[in-house]
Amino acid sequence: MAEEVSRKPYVRAMTWRWIVRHPRYVRYMAREFSCLFIGGWTLLLVWGLQQLADGPAAWAAFLECLKSPASIVFHVLALGFAAYHSITWFNLTPKALPLQLGERFVPDAAIAGAHLGAWAALSLVILYLAGAF
Amino acid sequence: MAISNKPLVWGPFAAGGTLTAFLTPALILLTLLAALGHAPDLLAYERLHAFAGHWLAKLALAGVVFLSLWSAAHRLRITCYDLGVRADTVVATILYAGALAGTGASVLYLMRM
Amino acid sequence: MGERLVELEVLRYHPETDKEPRFQRYSVPCREEWVVLDALNHIKEAIDPTLSYRWSCHMAVCGSCGMMINGEPKLACKAFVRNYEGVIRVEPLAHFPIERDLVTVIDDFMAKLKRVKPYLMPKEDKPLSAGEYRQTPAELNRFKQYSMCINCMLCYAACPEYGLIPKYIGPAAIALAHRYNEDSRDGGREQRQQEIAATEGVWECSFVGACSEVCPEHVDPAGAIQQVKIKSTVDWYTQHLMPWLKK
Repeated sequence: MAEEVSRKPYVRAMTWRWIVRHPRYVRYMAREFSCLFIGGWTLLLVWGLQQLADGPAAWAAFLECLKSPASIVFHVLALGFAAYHSITWFNLTPKALPLQLGERFVPDAAIAGAHLGAWAALSLVILYLAGAF
Repeated sequence: MAISNKPLVWGPFAAGGTLTAFLTPALILLTLLAALGHAPDLLAYERLHAFAGHWLAKLALAGVVFLSLWSAAHRLRITCYDLGVRADTVVATILYAGALAGTGASVLYLMRM
Repeated sequence: MGERLVELEVLRYHPETDKEPRFQRYSVPCREEWVVLDALNHIKEAIDPTLSYRWSCHMAVCGSCGMMINGEPKLACKAFVRNYEGVIRVEPLAHFPIERDLVTVIDDFMAKLKRVKPYLMPKEDKPLSAGEYRQTPAELNRFKQYSMCINCMLCYAACPEYGLIPKYIGPAAIALAHRYNEDSRDGGREQRQQEIAATEGVWECSFVGACSEVCPEHVDPAGAIQQVKIKSTVDWYTQHLMPWLKK
């Protein structure tokens, strides 16, 4: 009779430290954290709408609040994270929406590049129409 | 295995992610300029109030608020799970409710203008 | 060219004697062109015959020798010793239970592959006498890259969601389902949706993208998963908002 070998599979536990185990996971987390700043800025937008609805004095006070050091720091960080969200989102777009023309697929760089270009153009239009320059 | 109803929350997330990718950095730049004391013309009370008075602008602003808050909520929900928070249903309820509350508030304010 | 003495730190685990895994260091004289698999083979032949690991083709087509090399999921036959400095840490593929030494328990993976019905379910039943199914090069290219999977499980080791949620069906299984769904001869998408459009299907994916980064065959399972998500979402909204539409 063959001897039965006892099995005892060992399961390795997974801790939250997985996020720092490799640069790609750090980059992923940075991308995910952008939601805090985009969400945070949108809440700022909602607050701004309230102040705008409350009249010129309230709106002036809101603009003054924006000038605080904390607000400036938040805005700089938010801009960075929002841009990171945009860049990562558009670079991933060709993976989610591949475009086959004939036998071949449109190169990823072309699809991503088109989106990034449109993003840049749209941003300039928005800034221009808003009188930023 | 039953087909999941996840698309209900994922659809707005994907739409919001795309919208914020195109729009949000430029919008942040507008308020950043205001924070630095160089508020763009559009952020002057009269102009902005007039802009927000138009029904089309109200619709657009409400839409931007909803999609932005929803996609942020959805991403934050996933992030919480990634970091080890197991109570997904609780987290999801709080975050999605928050997004809807923010949207509701913005609609209220927009209707006042 | 000469030999270089390379230190390998290998995770050992013998269930009959060990309570938990432990590292064991080996000094291996490696030739310049060696891969980590060659070093492991040398260990087994000349230093320590008790070391267990899976391998077969030694040319990155069979998918047997997947393991963590310095914390990165790699095929041991494709990891060149000359590309590593210092001690090379070799561990079994992450997110799988350890059976013995570098051998993992892969039953979960095998079961998941079966669940997606990875075989052609033709749209139309054709008797042999009716001839072949014809396919243009364009139709072939629509699914070809997803057919290149060698079932090496590196993607499961790289995917943090699989590590966190063992029920997640995983990148390779979804890519395999996608391969058949995109095949012009196939009509089985609706059946496969029961598995991959379920909660434990594509919806556990958060598009980390690590799976596609580590895939040795450039299958791009991450792309496949997002494409399934989009199609499933369009389907869901169509069904719920316009239920009168015939599929």
